[in-house]
Amino acid sequence: MLQSRFKMPSRDELKKRMDKIPDNLMKECPICHTTFFSMRMGKQRTCPNCGFGFRITARRRAKITFDTFDEMDADVTVPDQYDDKKYRGKIAKAKKVTGIKESVLTGIGSLDHQKVAAGIMDPFFIMGSLGSATGEKIVRLFEKATTEKLPVVMFTASGGARMQEGIKSLMQMAKVSQAVEAHSKAGLFYLVVLCDPTTGGVTASFAMQGDIILAESHALVGFAGRRVIEQTIMKQPPKNFQRAETVLDHGFIDAIVPRTNLKQTISQFLRLHQREASHG
Amino acid sequence: MAKKTAYQRVQAARDSHKISTDELIRGLTTDFFELHGDRSDGDDQAVIGGIGLLKDVPITVVGIRKGADTEENIKRHFGSPEPEGYRKALRLMQQAEKFHRPILALVNTPGAWPDVDAEYHGIGSAIAKCLQVGMQLKVPYISIIVGEGGSGGAIALACGDKVFMFEDSIYSVLSPEGYASIMWKDSSKVQQAAEALNLTPEWLQENGIIDQIIHEYHSGENLGPLRDFLANQFNELANLPIDELLRQREQRYRNF
Ligand SMILES: [Zn+2]
Repeated sequence: MLQSRFKMPSRDELKKRMDKIPDNLMKECPICHTTFFSMRMGKQRTCPNCGFGFRITARRRAKITFDTFDEMDADVTVPDQYDDKKYRGKIAKAKKVTGIKESVLTGIGSLDHQKVAAGIMDPFFIMGSLGSATGEKIVRLFEKATTEKLPVVMFTASGGARMQEGIKSLMQMAKVSQAVEAHSKAGLFYLVVLCDPTTGGVTASFAMQGDIILAESHALVGFAGRRVIEQTIMKQPPKNFQRAETVLDHGFIDAIVPRTNLKQTISQFLRLHQREASHG
Repeated sequence: MAKKTAYQRVQAARDSHKISTDELIRGLTTDFFELHGDRSDGDDQAVIGGIGLLKDVPITVVGIRKGADTEENIKRHFGSPEPEGYRKALRLMQQAEKFHRPILALVNTPGAWPDVDAEYHGIGSAIAKCLQVGMQLKVPYISIIVGEGGSGGAIALACGDKVFMFEDSIYSVLSPEGYASIMWKDSSKVQQAAEALNLTPEWLQENGIIDQIIHEYHSGENLGPLRDFLANQFNELANLPIDELLRQREQRYRNF
């Protein structure tokens, strides 16, 4: 019998495989479980059925979001002091996969002739974890934006703290918060786009500090890990308790915007926050 | 006395005989009055807040606390605050700013409470607000890690002008158990994790994460020297012009 010879892999296993191979021929959406030809995702990489935005590299996102993008601090990377062999191996692999040297890509982008300081976290760079150089790149971005009176748009995608960098990783939450607040105090606009997945220390700092907070459809957004919560309450948490739609219902997100509409929505928010030179 | 290993330090930080947040508040201040509630959802027992006098100077105290017995520990989630707790602390810190009262934040937590309701009530957002607003409070702000300082739930109230630690306290990105489970898929490798995390006050001071180590007190009876020390620290900070105070605070965190 066919069934006995062909065992369907578990959902977790499927998801793991899909995360590993972004370009295989067929794709199953982890949200609505529709299976479709990969090409149907288009260059935006969204589910043709439910609009879920698959994880994409920061470089790809820069390309599909901005008309032009001038990268900043391209060489800021993990400090040499972290010399653990396993960690260095992970960094080397992450650099190869993503084409960037830390888990965030920063630069000055333009969108319909509007200039914006942009940060894009890369979920394929050690799970988009918050290393000390990640924090440094984000802080420099905010500092430049504050000096040049630019709005900031930040795409978050992160597993949280970078365990290998210990307490220094935790300190990035305070370091970035300090820069966000300085930018805010200057009366400048900060837009956050929560992407799948945004968790841990990133959720508990700059992801939740935007003037406007948007999320991509069905993105995982939360603080504590599902397994940790499971151990605490000793049962399965509700299925969608950390989905963007649930977080919206509880009042912590301004709106959910499918990836295919993001470019025009960001452009609209930049227009709505333009500084009125003529009145100035 | 031989120096404690990192893991012995973890055990000492968690010891039930350790001086508690409540004892510290009672021993350090006079006229302390506890204030409740986040003015939105509830009153988290894991966070205590109020106003008292530190050597005749009014200060606002906020603290994350464990319980003295099982019943208290269950109410306080073993020192793990819910979003309501962080919002209560933030409310009282903003009130302190209005009345130009210095802020003392006492931290003893393994981390924020990880359950479904905490997620629904925006635990991430609550911590993020504490960090963002904390950076700009226009009053002197001192944090002390009393026992455990675990992860985002600790740094939420440990972003002051000065951060001190007790000798028998720990401060880390994650609990040793959590670290062992994530890094080695084996939560029993706690001793190894404690070493790897560099969570001792000595290491953290050497590496500029904290400013000073405070020696242990075993009861709230004889806190005189600590009271003097804190009053001096607040005085020094209060003598700075506000702009300079904020500039130094920003710089403290910028350097990480
Ligand atoms: Zn779908």
